[in-house]
Amino acid sequence: MDETPTRRMGFFTDTSVCIGCKACEVACKEWNDVPDDGFVFRATSYDNTGALGADTWRHVAFIEQDGRWLMSSDVCKHCTNAACLDVCPTGALFRTEFDTVVVQSDICNGCGYCVPACPYGVIDRRERDGRAWKCTMCYDRLRGGLEPACAKACPTTSIQFGPLDELRERAQERVERLHAEGRTDARLYGESPDDGVGGTGAFFLLLDEPETYGLPPDPVVTTRDLGEMWRWAGVAAFGLAGAVAACFLRRS
Amino acid sequence: MPRRRDEMVPEAEFRSYYGQPIVKKPIWHEPHMPTYLYLGGLSGAASVMAVAARLSGADRLARASQMIAFGGGAAGAGFLVAELGRPERFLNMLRVFKVTSPMSVGSWTLAAHGGLTSVGAASAVTGVLPVVGDAATLASGVTGALMATYTAVLLADTAVPAWHEAMRELPFLFAGSATASAGAMAMLTTPRRLAGPARAAAVTGAAVETAAGALMERRLGMLAEPYRTGRAGRLMRASRALTVGGGLLAAVAGRSRTLTALSAAAITAGALCTRFGVLEAGRVSAADPKYTVVPQRDRLTARLGGR
Ligand code: SF4
Repeated sequence: MDETPTRRMGFFTDTSVCIGCKACEVACKEWNDVPDDGFVFRATSYDNTGALGADTWRHVAFIEQDGRWLMSSDVCKHCTNAACLDVCPTGALFRTEFDTVVVQSDICNGCGYCVPACPYGVIDRRERDGRAWKCTMCYDRLRGGLEPACAKACPTTSIQFGPLDELRERAQERVERLHAEGRTDARLYGESPDDGVGGTGAFFLLLDEPETYGLPPDPVVTTRDLGEMWRWAGVAAFGLAGAVAACFLRRS
Repeated sequence: MPRRRDEMVPEAEFRSYYGQPIVKKPIWHEPHMPTYLYLGGLSGAASVMAVAARLSGADRLARASQMIAFGGGAAGAGFLVAELGRPERFLNMLRVFKVTSPMSVGSWTLAAHGGLTSVGAASAVTGVLPVVGDAATLASGVTGALMATYTAVLLADTAVPAWHEAMRELPFLFAGSATASAGAMAMLTTPRRLAGPARAAAVTGAAVETAAGALMERRLGMLAEPYRTGRAGRLMRASRALTVGGGLLAAVAGRSRTLTALSAAAITAGALCTRFGVLEAGRVSAADPKYTVVPQRDRLTARLGGR
């Protein structure tokens, strides 16, 4: 393995130019050999993929509103403070040299604890092999100097790949230009290192509230409060010992 | 272009992507996981009781508590292995120790606790190596207190709204329930004239469990809804009735065999209902995007100074 330090790489998904072609979904499936996620007619929108999961690593959302049709390609956020990685008991989830979050499927024990830990509901367990799966930001392609398959396939550059600091600057300019054009609904999501997960490696330009796209409005990495949780558990443990001791004191 | 008027949206209204969940439901199975949570708590609190009994010279009660701690731990481990699917998966958990993962901390705690209670019980039954057995039992008091409470952290350390926001009360709910369970089992398996402290533990534990549950639902606001409605609501109400009833019975059971048995059965059933109910409430709160969006929106609004 070469240990050359790399910059943090990321995705900037600019939904204002997404045309909903699902090329990213297809490219992801093909490159990563992701199994069939079922053909479900959901009868809600043009979206029959549904949601991110073990067998869906890019998901294009469609929201019809009067006068406009919103489309957005969702993906694992590759959080700065990733709950999935923190709570994984075996170390199967790790942080790569590109600062992305990847599951090593040969180490994954299938406990499924990462699944409810993710504040975005991204990672899931594939029942066929009992392991957790999600987007790797095409770790193999990155190591070979290529960009991820979804970004490569996107015909409108809605999905942009690159060093995260550059993407953040580009996104800032883009949102300012949209505001100047009067599209004041444009906003960035996940770009700020001050948010509840320390900023995401895959961030978005949205045209409506995050929850409209099925994204949490104020996600927080659950392990941020881990110290507090253990403190309360500790108080309860001491309380238990004290209470039990008291039950015997009265008698002896 | 459609515009939002946040200030006109009433509190309960929220937007979502076709009502689809945002966070994913925990994939733990029934009855494996909730039964493990019960048995682990029972075993843990029984170990603490064994230590207290030992130190105060209540030897019969100490012996009974040791056996409960051992039996509960072994059966609990069985349920956990069944939950994981294959026995070697539990061993894989012990290949690393990760402080940031309550699952890892819990696996090590269970392994240590299981080992200590086994040594303690084996020595007590066979009379071999009494000093080692005593030392193991004493140490199991520490792992036991952790066993009875770590599961609260295990649940709270997720994005499941009804669990994460209950991080303060869950440890007390589980610790109280564990104490009541251990007291119930011990008063059932000890000669009744010697079981006074076990009855006291059952009463105390039931009181703490009931109080912690009530406080939790009060403090959770809209996130108390999953604990109050549907199947989870029925389980939590059953748990409360059984725990309160069992606790009251334990207080008056004295030397009555029937009352002791009734009380122990009610407390045990109540403790099981608590675990099944909490798990179900978690699933419900993850499945409905309302419980993810509305509290987060409120938080944002508060941070932005109620814009
Ligand atoms: S979005 Fe979820 S799965 Fe992706 S890194 Fe963050 S916590 Fe892990």
